[in-house]
Amino acid sequence: MLDQTDSYVTADGRTIGGVMMEMKNITLRFGGVVAIKDISFDIREGEIRAIIGPNGAGKSSMLNVISGFYRPQEGEVWFRGKPRPQMKPYQVAQQGIARTFQNIALFEGMTVLDNVMTGRLNHMKTGMLGQALWWGKAEREESENREAVERIIDFLEIQSIRKTPVGRLPYGLKKRVELARALAAEPKLLLLDEPMAGMNVEEKEDMSRFILDVNDEFGTTIALIEHDMGVVMDLSDRVVVMDYGKKIGDGTPDEVRSNQQVIDAYLGVSHD
Amino acid sequence: MSADFLFGIEVIINGLMAGVLYALVALGFVLIYKASGIFNYAQGVMALFAALTLVGIMEGQVPFSHLINAIFGTEVHHFGWHVNAFVGIILTMVVMVALAWAVQVVIFKHLVNQEPIILFMATIGLAYFLEGMGDLMWGSEIKKLDVGIPQGGSFWIEENTAFLGGDDFFGFFIDRLDMVAAGVALILVLALVAFSQYTKQGRAMRAVADDHQAALSVGISLNFIWVLVWSLAGFVALVAGVMWGAKSGVQFSLSLIALKALPVLMLGGFTSIPGAIVGGLIIGVGEKLFEFLIGPMIGGATENWFAYMLALVFLVFRPQGMFGEKIIERV
Repeated sequence: MLDQTDSYVTADGRTIGGVMMEMKNITLRFGGVVAIKDISFDIREGEIRAIIGPNGAGKSSMLNVISGFYRPQEGEVWFRGKPRPQMKPYQVAQQGIARTFQNIALFEGMTVLDNVMTGRLNHMKTGMLGQALWWGKAEREESENREAVERIIDFLEIQSIRKTPVGRLPYGLKKRVELARALAAEPKLLLLDEPMAGMNVEEKEDMSRFILDVNDEFGTTIALIEHDMGVVMDLSDRVVVMDYGKKIGDGTPDEVRSNQQVIDAYLGVSHD
Repeated sequence: MSADFLFGIEVIINGLMAGVLYALVALGFVLIYKASGIFNYAQGVMALFAALTLVGIMEGQVPFSHLINAIFGTEVHHFGWHVNAFVGIILTMVVMVALAWAVQVVIFKHLVNQEPIILFMATIGLAYFLEGMGDLMWGSEIKKLDVGIPQGGSFWIEENTAFLGGDDFFGFFIDRLDMVAAGVALILVLALVAFSQYTKQGRAMRAVADDHQAALSVGISLNFIWVLVWSLAGFVALVAGVMWGAKSGVQFSLSLIALKALPVLMLGGFTSIPGAIVGGLIIGVGEKLFEFLIGPMIGGATENWFAYMLALVFLVFRPQGMFGEKIIERV
């Protein structure tokens, strides 16, 4: 077993650090429905952590707890060794946790460039007056942010649609723009809710490559939810498996794959 | 050129000027509607409240003096000082920002994700509350507002346009206050557009207007943006209140101009800043021209209803207004 602060090197040469984020006995209820029941797991610096499970297992709820959209009734979220106080979603984002949504939440009326620029709002320091009057500082800041955004746009290969309003883009590209906006924030932790849902094989391959590249080049820690088992096994360092709001497996892809409970959940064995 | 034709042109010019004032009120509606989906019935009353507060501050009136006098048996009415217009406007703006904050924290924070009709009803409540508050704070008598804007026709324009007509034409009569109002409105619109396009807060404002969830996920506080938007609307209300107040005195019928902004919005679209301006100008020119050309034939007083008729016609043929976003749901 690894300790809280231990680090190790993966087979492909990436360094995985100590625990960044730890979920401790999280329970989330909606009225009488228990969406998450007493779940604990951790996310280490620099790793790709997958959360998998059948429909309705509580995966998205878990991601919403991490990003502050849901408030768990019980349990604590620890971030870099400290318990995190109850936070609003925008405060979580300001703390350096960016996310994408299962159903894509983009600013449909804005261009791709504007959308990605919103990801940098928290990197803009100059006040309202300074910006309104376009003083030197604001100008320099704006161009620095533009550069950072252009790098990400290049990185995700969406240069050709920079000026296109997002509402006109096809689904697969929207997913990529959403990723670009999340990356623009230079997050410490990136949460991806089904980044490949509804994509064809080619698009899935592209997205997988981007996720690996992001992790590799920027060292971004990533937690993702995914349905496609094959993709998950290829991408992730460690996997949490959920079913009916409970954790039924946690470990490397190989460990999880040979776990009997996980096999049962995926093959739909009756719960007796 | 015949005198009738020239008079017609003068009617159009004056219509444009009147339209600017409608547009100023409509602008406040658009700002709030765009960013929060709230149709703010209280926008006109906010203009009234701003104007009342400005006069009160400039004249050194004691707020709530009637109430204070009734409770403590005192006779205070004035502090005995006068504040100049510039300082008065800044202090009024502080009051309007405080109002924006209170409106958000006390009312709309608790109504997030409610039906539009509920939000609308809340603004009707707010409108009557503000009207009562204005009365209680500053009294209900008609007040004169003088912020130093020149008034009356411009002789320069009259003298330099008199040559256009014959002996019975004495040049165009254009109120200088209207010209100032037009200039102020132009600057205001340019400033608002620059703000929303090029500043951090403007970008955040557009983001919130587009998608709440996405805005939260990039670290924007919805509450902050809504307070900002209500403050901006308060500022626009102050400008509108100053212009209307200077033109026709600060009186409670001022809040009724809010209703004239409704047809303006039908024409311009509820979500378009340029639409509010163009809509205001069309209504202004339309009602003056209609009164001038058709009015005499049907007994006059058409200005009371023309704007609403025009809006009705527009609703039938183009429900989203001229610049509004067409609502197409993908099936």
